[in-house]
This record gives sequence, C-alpha cells and structure tokens, in this order.
Amino acid sequence: MTRSALINLVLFAMLPVTALIALALDEPFIITLATKAAILALAGVGLNIALGLGGLVSLGHAAFFGLGGYAMGILAHHAQTFTPLMEAPFLIEGTKSMPVIWLTAVIAGALAALLIGALSLRTSGVYFIMITLAFGQMLYYFAISWPAYGGEDGLSIYVRNGFPGLNTLDPIQFFAIAFVILAAVLFIAGRLASSPFGLALAAARQNPERVETVGLSPYRLRLLAFVISGAITALAGALFADLNRFVSPTMLSWHMSGEIMIFVILGGVGRLYGPVAGAALFILLEHILGGLSDFWHVYLGLLLLLVVLFARGGMIGALAGREVAHD
Amino acid sequence: MTEPLLHIERLSKSFGALKATDDVSLTLKPGEIHALIGPNGAGKSTLIKQIAGGLAPDAGRIHFAGQDITTLPTPARARAGLGRTFQISSLAMDYTVLQNAVLGAVGQRGTVWRFFKPVMGDAELRATAMAALERVGLADHATTRTAELSHGQRRLLEVAVALTLQPRAFLMDEPMAGLGASGSKRLTGFLDGLRSEAPILLVEHDMDAVFALADRISVLVYGKVIATGTAEEIRANPEVREAYLGEEDAA
Repeated sequence: MTRSALINLVLFAMLPVTALIALALDEPFIITLATKAAILALAGVGLNIALGLGGLVSLGHAAFFGLGGYAMGILAHHAQTFTPLMEAPFLIEGTKSMPVIWLTAVIAGALAALLIGALSLRTSGVYFIMITLAFGQMLYYFAISWPAYGGEDGLSIYVRNGFPGLNTLDPIQFFAIAFVILAAVLFIAGRLASSPFGLALAAARQNPERVETVGLSPYRLRLLAFVISGAITALAGALFADLNRFVSPTMLSWHMSGEIMIFVILGGVGRLYGPVAGAALFILLEHILGGLSDFWHVYLGLLLLLVVLFARGGMIGALAGREVAHD
Repeated sequence: MTEPLLHIERLSKSFGALKATDDVSLTLKPGEIHALIGPNGAGKSTLIKQIAGGLAPDAGRIHFAGQDITTLPTPARARAGLGRTFQISSLAMDYTVLQNAVLGAVGQRGTVWRFFKPVMGDAELRATAMAALERVGLADHATTRTAELSHGQRRLLEVAVALTLQPRAFLMDEPMAGLGASGSKRLTGFLDGLRSEAPILLVEHDMDAVFALADRISVLVYGKVIATGTAEEIRANPEVREAYLGEEDAA
C-alpha cells in the first residue's frame, strides 16, 4: 500500500471511528461534530470537482449549498404547516422524506449550476471568480428580502426529516446517513477523476488548447464538471440544514463559499480525500480554539497561510509527498 | 489531377495596419508534403492558426475534405480530421507522456462522455497511444512526466498525439525545432513515410528537411505567397532568392 493510500484510509476511517468512540462514551455532541465534518467534507468534495479537477475557482458555491438548504427548508416548512407548495396548475405538497428532499436539492443544485456555469464559464481567471461571487450574492440578498420563507431570520424545522427504517433523531443514525452519502460520493468522485471525462477535464485545466486540438470542447467539459459539483454541494446543503434543523441566508453568503474553499485548500486541492481532511481539521479547530477565543479565525488564517506558503498540496500533500504521475 | 484535401481561398487577416495574411490561396493534395517557408514574421504561424481554428480570418474561405470549415471552432476542425502540432509545445505538462497520448486517443474515439470506466485501464486506448509513442520513439518515456521531457522530446510527443487522432491531414508548425541534428534527421525520415497516410502542411525552418521532404513549397513573405512550386522551381526563383534564400546564403 502506498503512503497516500494509507493516509486516505486513515482519513476515511477517522470519522466513523470518532463517532463510534463517542457513542461508546455517550457523547452525542461529539457525534454531531463528526456528522457536521462529514457533511462539510461532502460540500468540499463537490467543490473539489470544479476547483481541483477542473481548475475552476468558484467563489459562489454557497449558492448551491444554500439552495440545497432551502430545498430542505421549504419542503419541510410546508409539510410542518400543512400548506401545499402550490396548488395550480398541479398540487405540490411539502415533504418530510429525506430521499425526496435530497433529490430535489440535487436537481435544484444541478439546474442552478447549469445556468450560472453556462454564463460564468465564458469568462476565466479573476472574472470567473467575480462572476460566481456575484451570482452567489444575488441569491443571498434574494433570500434575505423574500419574506415568505423567513427572510433574514431563516426557517426553523421542528423535527428532523425522516428516512425510511431509521430514527434520524438518534445522532449516530443520522451520522450513518451522512457518512454513507459521503462515502458514496467519494467513490463516484474517484471514478470520475480516472474516467475519460476526468482525464480530459484535468487536461483542460492544464492546457485548454491541447484539449481543443484533440477535438474536445473545454467549455462543455467544464460546464458538466460545474453541474456535477453544484449538485453535490447542494446535497451537502440539504443535509447541513437537516443537521441544524434550520436554514437561513447565512448558508448562501460568500463566507460559506470561502469556508468550503478553505476545507479544500487545507486538505489539498485536487486530492480526493482533501476535503475530508480539511473539514475535519476545521471542525476540530473550531471546537478547540473556538472554546479558547472568539477570535479563533485568526489562527485558522495563520494555518491557511502556512499551508498555502509551505504545503502546496495541502495537509495530504505535506504528509504524502508530491503526487507521483500515475498512469 | 487529384482533388485537394485542404483548399485555402484568398485568405486575409490584418492586425491594424499590418497585413499578416494577404490574399493567401494554397492547397494540400492527398499524399503530398506541402512546405510553407518564409522569413521570421512572414505570417506562417498566423496562417496555421487560421487553418486550425482559434483565429478568424477577415476574408476568404477554408475548405477541408469537401466541407467549408471557415467558421468552425477548433474542436470541430480537429474532429473533421485536422491534426495539428504547435510551434511552442502545447501539452498537459502534469500528465505522463502516455496520458497525453491517451488523451489524443480519447479525442479520436470521441468517448469522453464516460464517467466510470478508468481511462488508463482501457486496453484499446492504451494500445493506440503506445503505438503512436513507438512510432516517434518515445515508448521508453511513456511513464515520464511531460514537464520533464526535453524540448525536442516534447515536439515528438506533439507528433505522437497528432498520430493518435488518425487525422486526414497534418498541420505541423516547426516540428524539427529543438531536435538536434540526429533527431531532426530521424523525424525527416518518419515524415517522409507519413505522407502516404495523410498529407502534411509543414511549416519548417530547417531548410535541409524542407528541401528533402517537400513535394511543393510555398514561400510566404509579408503575408503574401510569392511563389509555389517544387524544390527546384523554388531554388531557381529569383524573387525567392532575393526575399529569403539570399539572406541565408549571405549568412
């Protein structure tokens, strides 16, 4: 087993082991922290497909994260108030079923990414960063000013949504749901990276001219990557809202986009397990340093600076060494 | 007379007052090597860019394999069968040599919209890629990172990627640059055989290679084709001697 494979295995096992130890010690709060890390890692895995594989520096991924959150919030809100979402031309009712909510979140995220991506991907570099940021902020201010779903105050959901056969209010069972989804998405993202699509997408990051010369369109490759990325991040958003039983415009704000990017950069851009390492570290720091000082972000900033300056491959890069060209 | 595969008709492109391409017409026939020569700044690369895509001409048409490709984007031209190599190597530098070649094979097969099959485990793609690498003599470097190749080797890899595309015509922009004497000789021999697979429009500074290989030569000066003909005709042409070869003789 290579060193990086071993690191990946440790990272993968870290969350469930933590959760199980916490279960044995009867520490439900720790289980919730592990759940939060798994969900944020999922959002990072989504962003990493655009950022790491495609080289698309999106500062608007909070839009997808928040859309997923609101997909959950709006559906559950209508279910708990027994009001239909719409009556004409056909009746749509709210729901408390997680699978339906996830599907809605994924579709909403994919569609939003298709629209935002189709426009933003016509630009590149700093313009792409600014335009994704602008789209994200548009949604943020829209959510603030739309009173039907709580506006600035957000939406509270009283009881966590249900999953057939499981008690989602039990922390360890909800953790299991989040972790299984994370594992499935990691598997999909890994296959994607080594597929013909992944090869072409990463080539378009390195040299778009080369990709055009072999008859492939970088724009289309990037757009699809952006859509997949947005859909995954939206799914994470739905789970995050369910974890907190609350959704608010904060989820759509550009701070959230920055946070998701921090997970990816801390862990290692383009590394499959990078976001898992980054999100876990983030939660750990937030928990430990946050207890010491309200200004713990200073230390986070310092760490980020160190990683960017001295460990370009993130934590995984520092531990595993430079990625060997593999075939 | 055989029908030309590539037919460029009265192509013009100006950058401000500079006429980079001035009413250029030329053809590429099946089975031939058509060399494009000219002093630095004559507009050879600008012309290649307009043929391969990426730079729209101001006027004129480009026909390829019976199709008007003047307004097609670069990827569509590649799919139509134009295999291009760049003057300055344009490769995915983080990839291995083999990965670059496999990328070409993926493009040729048009199977990029597959998301679950590991691409490097595809025996057919690997075989296509390895065959191309063997032909240019890079098979031993298959697992080398492209950034670690010498400039000459990168040129060869460009040729190999173009081979994986199985194009109907090659556009080669100075493939000999940086190869050194023996490498240049080897590639000359290879291109000599390649013309029977697909004709080559060759931009080259290495005059020994050009005169050894070309069935026809066009001379480009200040964006204009001042002469087209066989090697003997071009050598004998007084205008060419004055504009171009004369400078070389003096040097």
